[in-house]
Amino acid sequence: MIQLDSVTKVYRMGSVDVAALQEVSLSIQRGEMVAIVGPSGSGKSTLMNVLGCLDVPTSGVYTLEGEEVGQLSDDRLAEIRNRKIGFVFQTYNLLPRISAVANVELPLMYGRTPQRRQKALEALERVGLSERAAHRPTELSGGEQQRVGIARALAKSPSILLADEPTGNLDSASSGEILSILLGLNEEGITVIIVTHERDIALETGRIISMLDGRVVSDEPVGSASRNGPTAGRGA
Amino acid sequence: MSPLDTLRTAVSSLGANKLRAGLTVLGIVIGVTAVISLMSIGRGAQEAITSRIESLGTNLLFVRPGSVSQGGGVFGGQGSAATLTLDDAYALLDPTLASSVAAVAPELRTSGQIVAGRNNTFTQIVGVTPEYQFVRNFPVASGQFISGTHVARRSEVVVIGSSVAETLFGLRDPVGQTLRVNGRRFTVIGVLESQGGTAFGLFDDQVLVPITTAYYRLASQRTTQGGVSVQTINVEVRDEGAMDRAIQEIATVLRLRHRLNGEDDFTISSQQETIETLEETTETFVVFLGAIAGISLLVGGIGIMNIMLVSVTERTREIGVRKAMGAKRRDILLQFVSEATMLSLGGGGAGVLMGLAVARLIDGRTLAGQSFQTAFSGDIAVLALVVSAAIGLFFGIYPAMRAAALHPIEALRHE
Repeated sequence: MIQLDSVTKVYRMGSVDVAALQEVSLSIQRGEMVAIVGPSGSGKSTLMNVLGCLDVPTSGVYTLEGEEVGQLSDDRLAEIRNRKIGFVFQTYNLLPRISAVANVELPLMYGRTPQRRQKALEALERVGLSERAAHRPTELSGGEQQRVGIARALAKSPSILLADEPTGNLDSASSGEILSILLGLNEEGITVIIVTHERDIALETGRIISMLDGRVVSDEPVGSASRNGPTAGRGA
Repeated sequence: MSPLDTLRTAVSSLGANKLRAGLTVLGIVIGVTAVISLMSIGRGAQEAITSRIESLGTNLLFVRPGSVSQGGGVFGGQGSAATLTLDDAYALLDPTLASSVAAVAPELRTSGQIVAGRNNTFTQIVGVTPEYQFVRNFPVASGQFISGTHVARRSEVVVIGSSVAETLFGLRDPVGQTLRVNGRRFTVIGVLESQGGTAFGLFDDQVLVPITTAYYRLASQRTTQGGVSVQTINVEVRDEGAMDRAIQEIATVLRLRHRLNGEDDFTISSQQETIETLEETTETFVVFLGAIAGISLLVGGIGIMNIMLVSVTERTREIGVRKAMGAKRRDILLQFVSEATMLSLGGGGAGVLMGLAVARLIDGRTLAGQSFQTAFSGDIAVLALVVSAAIGLFFGIYPAMRAAALHPIEALRHE
């Protein structure tokens, strides 16, 4: 469902062009759970932005569910993000002034989806946070905030869930919770892509794509034994 | 995103920083209050003047000397020539040549120093005939008006306006007292009823004397043809439908008397024209007041723009999140524009109410020696609301465009 063909992304930094992605080609099938790993500056965030339709490639072809998203206008990209992609951020990025359920409603509001409140509450229930729906993000713990973030990403039933360092700001207990929620969603059939630099998180997924200097240096499946096994080394 | 959601989002964003929103709104409130109250005062003055003139009746015509070229070809202004006489005025009462004329009231204006005891005032002196009282509607409050005998004998009697009476005599009864006009001793025979109310107080600050007295004893100007010259002949027409005919008749009589064939040496204007001219003048004055007040509205608008720019910077991350969730340019643009418009429109609404309250408070009061009358009209309120909404749109659009143009990734990275 995701197909990248020699995608290159060049940023202009002052007078120098920096290639954040160089000729990246890969494909991800529906229902996969993929980890993108690599040191900072390796291009994994740029890859994430391109996959999430937040940015368009400088060259190359990106096809998402048969639709080429390479050269679409900002507004068309916004529409695709709204319909197909759920974002989970490292810093949660919840709007602080509105309640948890109102945050979850955001993508539904921009997509003009009917019965927003009900759908948002259902999404909160899927992450086990129904009873905190009326709380503001500031009244929630980090783990709870990230669960609201996941509920928000889920609310419009996206094809892909993109999580950028989803456990980066969390303690190990909360990290474990978030990871198991993501694994559970993947088992329900949602394609999940996680950007992480934590090896043991990556090992929980089905496939690890390693990035370095804007290129994919390795792309290999993770043994199913490892995937369903205990989270060794995390002490969770 | 539906319009209702846009409004709701804007309300919740504004509500998040109530003090800031309140202070921003205050700029507009003050501006609109100023516009509304000043324009109400202006309109009040306009109405007072118009109604005073209308109370004289709309069946009034004014005959004034026209400009005639004198000697070296210099044209004087209207009324500058002394071509109309008292006899011209009475000739207009001809029942056959000018049947539509009901009454005439000639007047001769000059000004002078009026002294009573230790008090004195410099004011308008109007030479009139007994008819003036009825034609121009100046009833006396006490004493009597100038009579035919006074005019015939060039009596040194004077009827004084109410504010002149107050200046010169205070609380004493002026009737029977003497005063000096340009050094001559006059007896006060009556006091005019106060016309009151106008911001300009034109009519209470004048004194009336017999027209012959004004001509022979006070004025310096003499007509070349002999006889008492007058500056204005007020003509009352029998009924309003006969105005045009009356103008024709008056012109015919005067042309005959002045042996004119060619250019007239007089002009005839109607009450209606006077009202129209005055309304034009005062409307300019009202608009001018509004424009001055409008400057503070502009300052309020700049305040909105300033706060919106700060708000866009502060909420860059929020904008990034909204865009990641699928907000389009238009959604973001509309959100910020509606915030700005809500601020300005809210301020406009509050300003209209405050302006109304100020106008009510001032109405009929005397401040700094001026008596104020205010008139509030709906069109000013609508105008103020429309202008404040426009200000919100105008000053909100630039910050909103900046917000809408933000790149989602950069916005999300913003600290």
